Amino acid sequence: MLKKYLLIWLTISVSLIFIMRLVSLQLSDDSYFNSDFAIQELSVYPERGLIYDRNGNLLVANQPSYELIIVPENTTEFDTISFAKLIDMNPDELKKEINSSIKYSTKLPSVIKSQISKERNAFLQEKIWLFEGFYLRKNSVRDYIKPFASNVIGYTGEVDKNDIINNSYYEKGEMIGKQGIEKYYEDELKGIKGKKYFQKDRFNRVIGPFNNSLSDVKPSKAKNITLTIDIDLQEYAESLLQNKRGGVVAIEPSTGEILTLVSSPTYKSEQFVGQDRTKNYNILLNDSINKPLFDRSLQAQYSPGSPIKILNALIGLQEGVINENTTFTCNAGHYYSRNAFMGCHNPFGTISNLRKGIYNSCNTYFARTYRGIIDKYRTSSEGLDKWATHMKSFGLGNYLGYDLSIGKKGFIPESDYYNRFYGTNRWGSSTTISNSIGQGEILTTPIQMANFATAIANRGFYIKPHFVKSVNNKLMNNREKNYTTIDKENFEIVIDGMVDVVDRGTARIAKINGISVAGKTGTVENFILIKNEKKQLTDHSTFIAFAPADDPKIAVSVFIENGYWGSRWAAPIASLIIEKYLKEDVGRKWLENRMVNGSLIDEYEKPYKFENFSINE
Amino acid sequence: MNRILKYDLISLITYASLVTFGIINVYSSSYTELFTSIFDYTTLVGKQLIFLAISLIAALIIIFTKSKFFDNIASIAYLLSLILLTSLFFFGVERGGAKSWYILGPVSFQPSEFAKLCTALFLAKFLSIIQTDLNKTRDIIFVGTIVFIPFLLITLQPDPGSAIVFLAFIFPILREGLDLRFFYFGIIILLILILTLVFNFFISSIILSAIFLLIILYRRRKRISLNLIKSFISLIFLISISFSTNYLFENVLEQRHRDRINLILGKEVDDKGIGYNINQSKIAISNGGLFGTGFLEGTQTKGDFVPRQHTDYIFSTIGEEWGFIGTFTTIILFSLLITRITSRAEKQVNHFRRIYCYSFSSLLFIHFFINIGMSIGLVPSVGIPLPYISYGGSSLLAFSIMFFVYLNFDSSRLKED
Repeated sequence: MLKKYLLIWLTISVSLIFIMRLVSLQLSDDSYFNSDFAIQELSVYPERGLIYDRNGNLLVANQPSYELIIVPENTTEFDTISFAKLIDMNPDELKKEINSSIKYSTKLPSVIKSQISKERNAFLQEKIWLFEGFYLRKNSVRDYIKPFASNVIGYTGEVDKNDIINNSYYEKGEMIGKQGIEKYYEDELKGIKGKKYFQKDRFNRVIGPFNNSLSDVKPSKAKNITLTIDIDLQEYAESLLQNKRGGVVAIEPSTGEILTLVSSPTYKSEQFVGQDRTKNYNILLNDSINKPLFDRSLQAQYSPGSPIKILNALIGLQEGVINENTTFTCNAGHYYSRNAFMGCHNPFGTISNLRKGIYNSCNTYFARTYRGIIDKYRTSSEGLDKWATHMKSFGLGNYLGYDLSIGKKGFIPESDYYNRFYGTNRWGSSTTISNSIGQGEILTTPIQMANFATAIANRGFYIKPHFVKSVNNKLMNNREKNYTTIDKENFEIVIDGMVDVVDRGTARIAKINGISVAGKTGTVENFILIKNEKKQLTDHSTFIAFAPADDPKIAVSVFIENGYWGSRWAAPIASLIIEKYLKEDVGRKWLENRMVNGSLIDEYEKPYKFENFSINE
Repeated sequence: MNRILKYDLISLITYASLVTFGIINVYSSSYTELFTSIFDYTTLVGKQLIFLAISLIAALIIIFTKSKFFDNIASIAYLLSLILLTSLFFFGVERGGAKSWYILGPVSFQPSEFAKLCTALFLAKFLSIIQTDLNKTRDIIFVGTIVFIPFLLITLQPDPGSAIVFLAFIFPILREGLDLRFFYFGIIILLILILTLVFNFFISSIILSAIFLLIILYRRRKRISLNLIKSFISLIFLISISFSTNYLFENVLEQRHRDRINLILGKEVDDKGIGYNINQSKIAISNGGLFGTGFLEGTQTKGDFVPRQHTDYIFSTIGEEWGFIGTFTTIILFSLLITRITSRAEKQVNHFRRIYCYSFSSLLFIHFFINIGMSIGLVPSVGIPLPYISYGGSSLLAFSIMFFVYLNFDSSRLKED
């Protein structure tokens, strides 16, 4: 019986197996389609989104560019040396690029050289046909129309290995935002690339569109971005900071919109476009003295200096340890503990109330206030932590959460910190007295200082500072108010003091006709390590301000490294920026000239001359 | 009317469907925009149509020939085919690495295709002799020799793919009385072969020993008597088969053969090198989906991605352009034809004719199994055509003759002579 049906059974079972296999191949398994060599895929890129300033000035657009690509499979023997010469490339580098292209794919195109200019392309077009497998492809690169705000806008570059690993969207040779807005808003700015499919034959020749182009995916358009930056103000501020190191941050208090953010010295986005971009990048990267890639407004942590006295005054009022009539006597300083004297520039026997303490920036007044705050509580730990909580409510000691991906937290010391350092509660208000005048452990970045100036201007709240106003003309809302721990009524007396600073105090040079400016100067001691030896450098000049005092439209912080006292550089610069923003024209040309032309280069070179130098000249 | 009804119409319709479908797919596989006239003699499909015409003329002649005639010429046909195969070594033309062709002007001719027909006839002739007894060693050896000579000659061309087809004759020989133990023995050897190739010699000998130990223990427990020495010797024998398989595989087979086998066993993946053909075939087939891309619309077929697509890999054209509907229908048609011929053979009264019909269905089965199995990646790549469908005049003609001889025999199945 078996013999009789053997062949029939075999036929039927083989047929069943075949049918099962075909069900899996044809009806369920589509993985073979993906490895389809018959279809050539081509990415179609949307133009990168445009960037405007708050007044609608176009800042960043795109310009045509060309790239040299290779399809390794299509190449034939060629003279590497003469080809390298033609495309102006090092032969070894060319070989390396070709090898990595082969490794990537022999069938797909890889970029050998990108960002070839229009003129160069015209020249190459005539020769390229001699080298099979190499083609010139048109694409576009960034066109940075205004050479300002580069530290905000950032730049783009080719994706690196990590970008490709982290996000499968990107392919070798594509562009990605590397820094600034270009990086933070990459998703909006890039749009979504589309796909075109072509039918190929087995010799890799395209023989027409695949599936009558029905399978093609249209690219989706990139979004345009409007910044909060006022490009004219930015340009003006950058001109004021030339030949100086430091930062300027200006914020519109009612919205948290950043009007201007300067870091000096800096780079130009333009340097990252075109043939020399790698060379330029390396120059910028290796400048360890000027650090142009380091954003001083966002990343530099300085001691804040005297502007912190304003916050200490507010905390003192809130905690009830002072009121507007509280007076302290200053004897060109005071003994804050036995044998420990804190100097002050106020003459012997000065009696100050709160307003006077502020406008004369009296160290004694705020040291006593600080001690009052700390000593109000049972332990200094408790007092200090209370103080720190108030401080932090102004956005200090942590990331502000603005829409750029670089920044520093700054530092507000808490009891833990001193307990670790001195032992639990083996310290007191006198040990930490420097916090009262912004010299001790506290560290802030210029944007944090501008932000707390904003909180004061708003009488008790700030909105997270940000750089983007709208995306595709859709306003970015959900700007919630972050309230400080200080009651609203405590601000007025302090603001009065700050107005006095400009009217009759330490920053009279910042006075603007017709506008009441509230401000506070700072002069920050600082040190550098030279050959493991701590050396004091000329003080930093700093200033925070907002105006008009009763209805603030702009809050500014200025930080000038080694500029000596606050009203020497920082206060006039802040004042000019305020005047420029509120009046559009600056009347005080003499002051403007002094600031624009003034240079601190000599000051910065002092420590690198390897000889003794004097400071605060 | 009666005259027509006595023929196996079901098989005839199946044959006609397969041949028509074959022409359509050869046309599509070889289609380029440049040549559009199908009657152009220079195009592949034109040639195929001419061979179809010749086949149909042959069919008419065969139908009206007396069945007895084939019995009479069987020995001469076999001898002639052996002569043709032998003289290939002197007058044959080499194509694709094998000297398997005679070329006379525009006509090329492959004797190995006709050797299948002649061997089937002669085998039937010998087995149908009353004196032949498949329990006698002498007769077994003689039957084996009948199949082995053309097998050897074709292997030496070298065209091992076409030679493998001669394995088909095991089915009629078994059917005519060869002890089934030969078949089981063959199956066991095949299993050991696969075991050795999938793992290696050591692991397969360990597995074999373990199986033996289990059998011995089982028999002990059930108190079934067994000869320990005998079983030990058979174990040694099986292990030595595994060893020689290993040896043959590593030292006798060429790298390309090893690659083809490893590919199917999943030990190698190389979609761009040696696996290219099979992979492209699978891509084309899966590209078809349920309904296929449509006639002349297959991207893989148009792109000419599957080498030898009009001959050995014609099934991938069916798969891509006609989808699952097409492949399913093709498989159904083949299994219908094979089972139909096999079961009709059982009803033959005449021994000679029965054995011939059985041999024919077995040959169809082997071609069907290997060719389609290879196209969908289940069987190592072996270059043999899909009968009636693949391009190739000799194949079409030889299989058509075989079919119409079957039709002739079947119409007189109830006659003794």
